[in-house]
Formats: sequence, structure tokens, C-alpha cells
Amino acid sequence: MAMRIVSRMAEVLDACELMDITQAHIDGCGLLSETGLEFAETLAAKGGKVCVPTTLNMGPLDLQNWKEFGIDEDFAGKAIRQAKAYTDMGCIPTWTCAPYQSYLTPRFGQQIAWGESNAICYANSVLGARTNRYADYMDICAAITGRVPKCGLHLRENRKGQVLLRLVDIPPALMQTNEFYVVLGHLLGTLAADRIAVIEGLAPDPSSDQLKAFCAAAASSGAVAIFHAIGVTPEASTFEQAFDGGEPEQVVEIGPAQLRKAHSELSTAAEGAKLDLVVLGCPHFSFDEFRELAHLIRAETQKGSAIDRRVRFVVISCQTSYALLQRGGFLDVLTGFGVEITLDTCVFHTPMVSQDTKVVMTNSGKCSYYAPGELGVEVAFGSMAQCVESAVKGKICREETIWKEL
Amino acid sequence: MERTLIGRAIVAGSAEGTALVSKEPLSFWGGVCPRTGEIIDRRHELSGASVTGKVFVLPTGRGSSTSSATLMQSIKAGVAPAAIINLSVDPILALGSIVSDELYHQTVPIVILGQEDFSSIKQDDYLVVKPDGKVLVNAKRGK
Repeated sequence: MAMRIVSRMAEVLDACELMDITQAHIDGCGLLSETGLEFAETLAAKGGKVCVPTTLNMGPLDLQNWKEFGIDEDFAGKAIRQAKAYTDMGCIPTWTCAPYQSYLTPRFGQQIAWGESNAICYANSVLGARTNRYADYMDICAAITGRVPKCGLHLRENRKGQVLLRLVDIPPALMQTNEFYVVLGHLLGTLAADRIAVIEGLAPDPSSDQLKAFCAAAASSGAVAIFHAIGVTPEASTFEQAFDGGEPEQVVEIGPAQLRKAHSELSTAAEGAKLDLVVLGCPHFSFDEFRELAHLIRAETQKGSAIDRRVRFVVISCQTSYALLQRGGFLDVLTGFGVEITLDTCVFHTPMVSQDTKVVMTNSGKCSYYAPGELGVEVAFGSMAQCVESAVKGKICREETIWKEL
Repeated sequence: MERTLIGRAIVAGSAEGTALVSKEPLSFWGGVCPRTGEIIDRRHELSGASVTGKVFVLPTGRGSSTSSATLMQSIKAGVAPAAIINLSVDPILALGSIVSDELYHQTVPIVILGQEDFSSIKQDDYLVVKPDGKVLVNAKRGK
């Protein structure tokens, strides 16, 4: 069945032949639906086994702690069955949407079949591995057969830049902040849609977490599967390499005004609005991000401040980062403040956000983009420090902001 | 007047129904309710309309790679469009229909038309989709 689906998709895509892939990442395990469960159980019952190392995206359930989050038993039962079907097929139970920070990071030029929009963007752009945007259910078929249609971003000639985004007059201090990467990613997705954008003028040393945040934002506001940043990403050490010797079909200048506008687009909630929920970890929190959060919380508690009791503070992460966190010596700083840590899943796929939640604050571009539609809430985008400060005050506070001075 | 358009069947099948024409693309995930067939993207021109039983004419899908799952859910629930006509191939919708065929032997036929033929279809035209990719416009019903 998996092979039939892969070859039928090759016909759809007009690909003359199939090619090998050597790694896969499954997104189809994330959403719980009757059909998705039946598909996974059918493949598993037929004896389907993955033939390449295959990691799993976050699933619909925190497999260890779901009871603490008040998840319905019927939902949990089905989610556990779906998880078992995928692990029975030989998938590695990573359960994370940041697989590139977790386990089996693909290498440059490696042909892979990945699902999950932010991970696809990171793998192609930051790592230089090669994957198309694989839809839910195509990903597991590729993992079982080890084959994909030979087309699109698997081929070098389809990876060159098309649009140049030139950064102009951006204050260096702003470029150091994490929010800059989210806002620029959001703007790139809006401008590029499904064309390949090349950024000129980015600082040469962004962190993995900054690039993660960038990819997640870009792949939410646009169908971005790849971008290049001159002097930063591996297929763009020079302008010539980024455009493969050609010229951009369009040049767009990005200055402070465009960034300020993109920054404001990420929020729908008003300044000072009563805050119900803080969500961090979209994509999944890394150890470094936990450490940064602990540092910010310690600064508040040393002042004698505590979280407003009406605010819920959720951090989403994966077992790999959590294992490091347990050995990092500051887990109690987080839990003492009232931080709830949920693993393996995501606020969009597990029913943990209560109906009376009205205003959400996050440092994630992806969460900002999807929360109003998917969770029916107002959303405020801010830095991690502003999220902590707002949780203490019980309302959206973003006063001391570099964005206002732009 | 009856006309025949020649398209490319990317998921082959027979179907007929009235045309629901959208000028904009639509993401099925977050855009179509898989239980009722209603278009729930509130920013979309067809928000509130039902895709059920219609020949859904839209340029292409958009966005989420979970749209394949949504199309499949709607097929299982019996609220899917009768067929889909696109201007450019959307691999995500095609996959949803193909997986549904493999799992339930139920598909939504998908046909790609050229720009001129695509634009010639009007809201509420009666369309008959043939397995070879031909689309009969305003043919007699049941033909």
C-alpha cells in the first residue's frame, strides 16, 4: 500500500522516477482523527516497518503526564493506540517538532523525507539536507519504502534563490534579539510565499534557537520550505552561490518600518489586556531556552515577585531536552514559579487549553499565527522576558521595548 | 450550451455536481470542517458555503500539510466535495484522495484544467467529471 501511494504521487507530480531517502521524520502522527488512526493501524497490521531511521513529530498526547492535564480518557486511549502503531512500525519515539535539536540530525546534502513545516525549513535551509514538503501520511509511506518521487528540492537545480531580501538600516542591537528572528521569519513568509528567498545582511552567528524560531514563523505565514541567508546558511556562502550564478527575479528592501509592521501583525490582543495563558516552546523548548527562562524567573523571584495566580504558564518540550533539564539543577526554579511542563505534544493537538481561555501570550511566531484560528483566542507576541513579566502582572506588558524606538 | 473541457486527471474517477467556484486558494485544514463540509476559514470569500457534493473549483490548496488528513476525514464522513478541479497540482490534496482510495476505496476525483478552461466555469454550472480528465459543462444530468 505504501509503495502504491508513493508511485501514485510520482505520477501526480510528473516525476519520471523514484529515488532513495536515508532518513524520515513523521508529522502524520500529530493529529488525532479516526481516519489517521485507521491509516496508521492498517499499515502496522499489514506488517509495515520503516526501512530508514525515522523520528516522530510531537503527538496528540503527553504520554506520561496526560492525566495531570485533564485529558479525556477516550481521547487518550485513541492517542496511545496511534502512538503504538507508529512505534510498532519501528519509528523512534522522539515525539518532537524540533527533531534537528534532538536526535539523528541530518547532514549536509543528505536526501531525507521530512514532515512538519518548521523542521522541513530548518533541514533544507540551516542543515543543507534535502527534502520536499511532505504531507501527513506521505511521510510514513516514504519511511516504509525508503523511496520518494525524484523532484523538487531533492534536486540541486531547484534550490537556488529567487527573491532577494536586503536588510537595510537594522540596528545591530535589534538583530541580537530573539524576537528579531521571529519577526523577520514572519515577514519572509508573507513576502516570499512559496518562492525561495535569500536574505542579505543577517548577522553571521545566529543561534540554533533563533533559526528555529525563524523557520517556524516563516513556514506559518508562507509555504516556505527553504530559504538562504548569505554568509549564514550552507548553500549561500556568497551571493553568486545563493542564486547559482543567476540574478534575483525581485529585490525587496527590509528596513525598520517593515519590521515594525510585521511585529505588530503578530499580535491581536491589546496592551494591558488581562492575561490567561503563557505558551512557550513552539517549536519545542531546548535546554538553552529552559536555562534562559530559569534565569528570568530567578530575577523576578529575587525581587519578591510571583506569578499572578490567575495566569497559567505552560512550556512545551520533548523528553530529550527534559532529560537535560533534570540534570541542569534548576528545574525547581521553574516549577516553584508555577511553570507547567508538558512533553511529547503541543497545545494545538492535545485538548489542554480550557474553553474560558481568552488571551494567550507567546514568544513564538508560529503560535501567534495559528492560535487565533485554532484555539479561538486573542494572542500577544512578546519576548520571553515580557512573557514572564506579564505573567507576574497578570496582563500584557510590553512597555520597555526596542520595537517602539524603531 | 454543453461544452467539453479536456483536463488532466491526477486522481481518476467519475463524478458530477454543481460547481462551487473559488477564486482564492483554500487550506482544507483550518478551512473546511471535516464533519460538516462547511467552509470555516472566516477570511475566505466562500466562508459559510458547503463543499459537500459539489464540484469544488479552486486554483489550488494552500498552507498546511495536514490538509490531506482533513480531506480524508471529510470523505469518510460523507461530506467531501464530489470532485475537485484545480489550476495547479496540489500534492497535499491529491495525497488525501489517494490515501482514501487505498484505505476505503473512496476517492474524490481531481482534475487539472488550463487557465482558459478553468476560468470559463461559472458558479452553479452543472459539471460531469470523467475518469480520463474530460469535464462536461452543463451536460444533461446523469449522462
